[in-house]
Amino acid sequence: MTQAQAQKLQVSDEVAIQIEKMNKWYGQFHVLRDIDLTVHRGERIVIAGPSGSGKSTMIRCINRLEEHQSGKIIVDGTELTSDLKNIDKVRSEVGMVFQHFNLFPHLTILENCTLAPIWVRKVPKKEAEETAMYFLEKVKIPEQADKYPGQLSGGQQQRVAIARSLCMRPRIMLFDEPTSALDPEMIKEVLDTMIQLAEEGMTMLCVTHEMGFAQAVANRVIFMADGQIIEQNNPHDFFHNPQSERTKQFLSQILGH
Amino acid sequence: MIGKPSPTAPFVRKHMLPAEVPPARASGAPKWLRENLFSSWANTALTLFGLFILYLLVSHFAPWFLHGVWQADSLAQCRQIIAERWGEGASGACWAVIRARWTQFLFGFYPSQLYWRPVLAFVLMFVAIAPVLFTQLPRKMLWFTLAYPLVAIWLLWGGSIWPVAMIAVGFALGALAYRLLALRSSLLASLAAIAVPLLFWSFLTGPIDSVLTSVVPLAIQPVPSREFGGFLLAIVLGLGGIAMSLPLGIVLALGRQSDMFLIKTFSVMFIEFIRGVPLIALLFVASLLLNYFLPPGTNFDIILRVMILVTLFSAAYIAEVIRGGLAALPRGQYEAADALGLDYWKAQRLIILPQALKISIPGIVSTFIGMFKDTTLVTFVGLFEPLKSIPDTIRADFAWKGVYWEPFVFVGAIFFLFNFGMSRYSMYLERKLKRDYR
Repeated sequence: MTQAQAQKLQVSDEVAIQIEKMNKWYGQFHVLRDIDLTVHRGERIVIAGPSGSGKSTMIRCINRLEEHQSGKIIVDGTELTSDLKNIDKVRSEVGMVFQHFNLFPHLTILENCTLAPIWVRKVPKKEAEETAMYFLEKVKIPEQADKYPGQLSGGQQQRVAIARSLCMRPRIMLFDEPTSALDPEMIKEVLDTMIQLAEEGMTMLCVTHEMGFAQAVANRVIFMADGQIIEQNNPHDFFHNPQSERTKQFLSQILGH
Repeated sequence: MIGKPSPTAPFVRKHMLPAEVPPARASGAPKWLRENLFSSWANTALTLFGLFILYLLVSHFAPWFLHGVWQADSLAQCRQIIAERWGEGASGACWAVIRARWTQFLFGFYPSQLYWRPVLAFVLMFVAIAPVLFTQLPRKMLWFTLAYPLVAIWLLWGGSIWPVAMIAVGFALGALAYRLLALRSSLLASLAAIAVPLLFWSFLTGPIDSVLTSVVPLAIQPVPSREFGGFLLAIVLGLGGIAMSLPLGIVLALGRQSDMFLIKTFSVMFIEFIRGVPLIALLFVASLLLNYFLPPGTNFDIILRVMILVTLFSAAYIAEVIRGGLAALPRGQYEAADALGLDYWKAQRLIILPQALKISIPGIVSTFIGMFKDTTLVTFVGLFEPLKSIPDTIRADFAWKGVYWEPFVFVGAIFFLFNFGMSRYSMYLERKLKRDYR
């Protein structure tokens, strides 16, 4: 997909995620500071930044894997508070893909994909299996359905993890460094799956170091450092015309060789 | 390339090397012996020393086993036969005592004309636990497993069938209440599932029971708890303890990890208290102290009391074993379950516990084996367990006065069979659940 094509992808005016003045502390450590972010439906946002900048923590706040201490997070019109009902509602709307896949090793690939639809969405088993096979075909590993995660390569496992999230029919997908634990040969197959997802108009927030992916797919790149959003822009201007010194320094580090 | 060109010529592989079979190794017994027993001088010395110890043990004990006498009426007769056959001063086992009194080892003082009841209960026990142990068996068999405790209670203790049936009805009413209310609120349903049976048992069971007994007097001869003994007692306590301590242990382990302060504190205090107190102390509590706390006139069965204390004791250990399994799971498993929208109980049941329990299998089975053997401690509260109390009563008979090792060997062998069986099953289960192919 070229950049021109990427920019043609529809971004609607509808707000998917609204974060206002969000703060978070780990003990005394102020890990997220006054985060303000509005994500529209259909947006593909790449979040970059040095390690420890709070980018993973930020997207983990969006489905409440981490609790924020002040400010507001509204996902699809539901505000995240300590109300368990809201949390469950948001979690069933938001899919998440982790750095270490976190597949359930005691279940087959198919069972991994059908578990949540059956137990959370109360989908009949047969229908859940059909949906699972549909998405496994989409990530191009239907033939592995009866194997266990331990029998698959890292790239395959990550594609299963994506399929598992999609089986819940989420409206928003969060990716937390999805390719960081993979061999170079496997990164591409996972990125291809993600690009395909983007083409279908999924709202995506992706923490990643894959700048090529950012340039090809993202419609916005956010740069974070020290728990703050330092800069955000469209990929072209972000990479070719960074404004802040911190961003320039970061880009020279990762693109310098 | 940096600096000088490499001295070796550039190389491009044209033909890929095919995979080959490993070289055939010299095999057979001599090789095995050399590698395992005589690989070095020190190893050879150790092997010879080991053989010497083995010789000492066998030469010492073999005659005692081989000279065993099975047919005799008393220890004196045994000794006479051994002396006649193997010469004066020869040692020999007097298995005749086992032959004469084996029923006591198995059943204690259970009425001998009713032995078929514990035997039937024992056979049914295998039918009941088979579907739990082997998932290949039809799942419908689990209904019998659910009913088995009541069937066994009725068979073993006898009496009218109605009180036992009322227990079952109570549980059924609880399940029904849960079903009806589950759609409205799960908390309300859980409370009802506990309250309905309790209310039923405390207020309705008595009248219904007496009416039914007068209309349809269906009863078998009752057997009081004090007549239970031997392996019958050990298995009742062991199986009851195992069946109840696993769920309780899981609840305590989860409680100890809970975010809720009161639940966590209670679990920690319970576990630490039980683990800090000797089992015998708890058994004395069961036999003596509980009676002080209960309302006067209540007759709380001694076997039930002991079983409850044994259960609490082993649950505390199980809880710690399972906590180890829970701690071994990566955080990512909890996060993935959360991210998929599974609530706490579903995540525990479907994701966390299956994995944590699998990791804990060796520890859990060790605890069970330990608990089964610890049931012999009930001798201290006057119950006739097979290891000490039964041999003591047998030795009280003049004919068998002085018999010492034979009961230990016999009882030890039966305990070994059960425990070895459990141990092998746990290994089978570990192999079956192995999912780690790397």
